[in-house]
Amino acid sequence: MVSPARVSERRLSIPNNPITGILLAIPGYFVGVWLGTLFGLADDQNTGVILGYVFATVLFLAGVGFLNYPLERLFGWRVTPISDPDENRGIGRFFRLSLDHKVIGIQYLVTILVMLLFGGIGAMLIRTSLLVPDASITPAGNYLPLIGLHSVMMIFITSAVIVGPFGNYLVPLMIGARRMAFPRLEALSFWVVPPAAVILAASILWGGFQTGWTGYPPLSEQAGQGMDSYIVGFGLIAVALVTSGVNMLATIIGLRAPGMTWTRLPMFVWGIFTTSILGLLAAPVLAAALMMLALDRTVNTSFFLASNGGSNYLWENLFWFFGHPEVYIFILPAFGIIMEIVPHFARKPLWGYRTGVVGLFGVALLSWFVWQHHLFVSGIAPVLRPFYMLSTELISIPTGIIFLVTLGTLWRARVWFTVPMLFCLGFLFNFLIGGISGVYLSDVPTDVTLHGSYFSMAHFHYTIMGGEIFALMAAAYYWLPKMTGKMLSPTIGRIHFWAMFIAFNSTFFPLFLAGLLNMPRRVATYDPALVGLNRWVTISAYFLFASMVLFAGNLIYSWFFVSKPALANPWHARSLEWQVPTPVPARNFDRVPVIVAGPYDYGIPNARPVADLGGMVGATGGG
Amino acid sequence: MGAFRIEEADRPHILRLLIVWVILSAIGIVGVLQINYPPYDQSIQGQDQASTLKLLTALATPVFIAVVMMVVYSAIYFRRTTKELVDGPPMLGNTPVQIAWVAISAILVLFLAVVGIATLSSENVAQLVGAPGRTIGGGQTGSGTTGEENKEIHVQVIAQQWYFTYRYPDYGGVETTHLYLPVNHPVELHVTSLDIIHSFWAYQLGVKADANPGVDNIFHVTPQKTGSFQVRCSELCGLWHGHMVDSEGQVVNQSDFDTWIAQQQKDFETIASAVPSYAPYYFPLPLVKGS
Repeated sequence: MVSPARVSERRLSIPNNPITGILLAIPGYFVGVWLGTLFGLADDQNTGVILGYVFATVLFLAGVGFLNYPLERLFGWRVTPISDPDENRGIGRFFRLSLDHKVIGIQYLVTILVMLLFGGIGAMLIRTSLLVPDASITPAGNYLPLIGLHSVMMIFITSAVIVGPFGNYLVPLMIGARRMAFPRLEALSFWVVPPAAVILAASILWGGFQTGWTGYPPLSEQAGQGMDSYIVGFGLIAVALVTSGVNMLATIIGLRAPGMTWTRLPMFVWGIFTTSILGLLAAPVLAAALMMLALDRTVNTSFFLASNGGSNYLWENLFWFFGHPEVYIFILPAFGIIMEIVPHFARKPLWGYRTGVVGLFGVALLSWFVWQHHLFVSGIAPVLRPFYMLSTELISIPTGIIFLVTLGTLWRARVWFTVPMLFCLGFLFNFLIGGISGVYLSDVPTDVTLHGSYFSMAHFHYTIMGGEIFALMAAAYYWLPKMTGKMLSPTIGRIHFWAMFIAFNSTFFPLFLAGLLNMPRRVATYDPALVGLNRWVTISAYFLFASMVLFAGNLIYSWFFVSKPALANPWHARSLEWQVPTPVPARNFDRVPVIVAGPYDYGIPNARPVADLGGMVGATGGG
Repeated sequence: MGAFRIEEADRPHILRLLIVWVILSAIGIVGVLQINYPPYDQSIQGQDQASTLKLLTALATPVFIAVVMMVVYSAIYFRRTTKELVDGPPMLGNTPVQIAWVAISAILVLFLAVVGIATLSSENVAQLVGAPGRTIGGGQTGSGTTGEENKEIHVQVIAQQWYFTYRYPDYGGVETTHLYLPVNHPVELHVTSLDIIHSFWAYQLGVKADANPGVDNIFHVTPQKTGSFQVRCSELCGLWHGHMVDSEGQVVNQSDFDTWIAQQQKDFETIASAVPSYAPYYFPLPLVKGS
C-alpha cells in the first residue's frame, strides 16, 4: 500500500474508450508487422502478422483502459475507479470499460448477437453455394474460407453466448451478490471478444484459411496468413474462457448470500458452475496447442511435422482434449436453462433437484474421457477404441437424467404455455435427436461410415443449434424483460418459435440422410444425385435465417420502440433475480438478502418467499 | 424410499402412455427394420456396419418415441386450463423412478457397448481391434487373422494433394491410379500420406481410414460382391479436397484381377526406376520450412 502522502495527483489523461483503443491498435498492428519482418524468418510474413495481431489487441485493451489500474498502482498515482456503479448511469457506460456485471452482460449480448448475424450470413452463403452440385456459385477457393469463417465464428459465439450475456448478468442476481468476484477479469473476458471477432474477420484480407475449425496440421502449416487469424483469435477466446471460468467459480463459491446453500442454488447457476470448470481446465490445452502451431508456422519448430520428427496426432489429441469438453461448455449452461425455466412455468418444484445436479456433474466429468472418439479412423491406438466407445456412450446416462428431471417436472404440472416454455420443449425434441445421433457416431463400426460426413455435421448442429441456441432463445424470452426492461412480444415470439422449430428440423434432419448417402463435409462439389435434397435444405435454411431475423426484429422493437416497461416479475417466478426491481438498481440489492427458501418451491404449503430482501441488520459486504 | 407404488392420480396417464407407446414402438421398429441401410453389402465390413446401423435405429426408435410422447403428452394434458396461475402438486422427486430410469439407460448403453465391441473384435472387422494400428519402419505388415489358404492381399493407399494412388507390394510394388480388388479375398489396406492428413473413404466397401504422413494406418476389408465403388477423401485437405474423388474403384473376380494386375505390372516396368521402392511411408519432399 502506498502511503497517502506519496500518492501523486498525476493521472493518465488519455480518454479511455474503444475509439482510443482502435486508434492505438492500428499503429500497434503495423509495429508488430514491422518487428516481425525485421526479426522473423525471411520467407513468410506469419511472424509479423501474429505479432501485429497481438500488439493490436494489447494496445486496444490498453486504450479501453485495462492498464490504468495496474499502471496507477505501479507508479503510485491516484487510483481512479473505472466506473462507480452509483454514477455513470448514462447510455455511454455501455460503450466503455465498465465493471458493472449488468453492463457487461448487455455489452456481451449485443456483441454476440452482431457476431451471430455474421456467422448466420456465412451459413446462408454456404447453403447458397450448395444449391448447385458443381461449385459454380462459389469456387472451392472461396468456399473453404467461408466454412472456416462460419465455423470458427460460430464456435466463438457458442462458447460465450449463454455464459457471457446471461451468466454475467444473472449469476450475481441469482446468488444474491452485488458484483462478480473479479470485475476486472469479467470485463477482460468480454473485451477480448470483439478483437477476436475482428481478427478472425481480418483473415478475409489474407484469403481466409482453408482448414475448417479443427485446423489440422500439416494443412494449417501450409495455409497462408489467414491461418494466423485463427491462431490469435482462438487464443483470445481461450483467454475469455479461462478468465470467465475462474471468475464464475470464485463468484459462485465465494459470494453467495447468507442462506444460499448449495441445495438452494438455481439450476442455471449450476449449469454455469459446471461449464466454468470445463472452460477453466480445457482452454489452456487449446492455448498450448495454438502456441505450438504458431511456433511451427513462425520459427520452424516441428511439433506437428512428421518429416521432422513431430506428429500431427499431437495436435489431434490436444485439440480434441480441448474440443470435446468445449462442446459441453456449450451445452451445460443450456441444460441449466432448461431445468431453470421449466419449473417456473410448470408451477412445480424441480423434480429431483439433486439428481439434476448429479447429471450436470456427470456430463462434466465424463467429457474428459471421450476425446478420441473424434479419432476412431485416424489410426491412433486401435486397442483404445472400445474404451472411448464405452465412455462416449456412458454420457447418455447423465444426459438422460437431465431429460428425466425435466419430464418429471412437467408431469401432472399446470403448464403455463409461454414462449420460453415453447423453446424449452423444442430443445427437448431437438436435443433428443442430437443425442441419439451421437450414439450412432460413438459406435465404432457405424462411425467408420458416418465420420466426416454430413451425418456428423447434422449431429452437432442438432446439439448446438437445436440445443444450445434453442435454450438461448428460451433464456432470451425469459430473462430479457429483466435485462432490457421490456417484454418481447409473445405473439411474434410464438411465430418465431414455430418458424424456427420447423425450419430448423427441415434444414438439418435431411442432412443426416445426406451423410448416410455419401456426402462428405466441407466440399463445394457433391454427387448430383443429392441436388434435390440439398436444395430442400437450402430453402429451409433461408426460412431458418428469416426466423432469426424475426427474433432480432422482436428484440430491437421491444427494446427501443416499446415504451411500456416490463413488470419486475412478469412470470410470477419465485427465484431471487425476479425479486429485484426492473431496471435492476446499480447495486442490485439494498442490503444483502438472506435466502430462506429454495427457488422452485411451488405448491408447497406455507412455502416462504425465497429471500428476506430486508437484509441483515448492519450487513454490508459484497460492495 | 418405500416400495414402488403408483399413485392413484398417475394411473390413467401411465396407462394411456404405455398403450400408445407400445403400439407406436412396434410400428416404428417394424418400419425401421425394413430400411436397407448404407453402406449396404459390397463388403463383409460394410454389411456389419449396415446391420449395426439397423440395430441402433431399432433400439433408438422406442426411446425416441417415449420421450417425444412424454413431451407432447405434457403439452396437451398438463397444460393449465384455468385463467389464473395455479401451482401444481409439489412433487420433489421419486427415488425408485430415478433409479429405474438410470438403470434402464445404463443397460441400454452397456448393451450397445457390448454389441459394438463384439462387432469390433469379430473376425470380419478385424481391422479395428487386434490389428497393429501402425507399423513404423521395416515394412512388415502383420495381422494375426490371415489363414494359409486365404492369404491377405496387401494394398498400400498413398494419399497426396489431391489424389490417391495404390501400390501392391505382393506384386512387386506396382503403383496404380485406380483401386482394383479381387472378390472374396481379404485385403489389408495400408494407408499413408505424402503431405498432409487425408482420409481414404471407400463408401461402398465400408472403409474409412485417415492417411497421415509418416504413419502406416492399417485397415482390413473383404469385398464380397463385384462391382464398382467410389473412393474419396473425407478429411479436409485444401483447395481441391472436393475433387479428390475416384469412382473407378472395382471389385472384380480373381481371373480379371490377375489379368489387370499383370497389365499394370507391365505398364509399371517402364517407370519403376523413377518410383521409390515400396516402404511403409514416404517423405517425398523434405518439409523443412525456411531452410
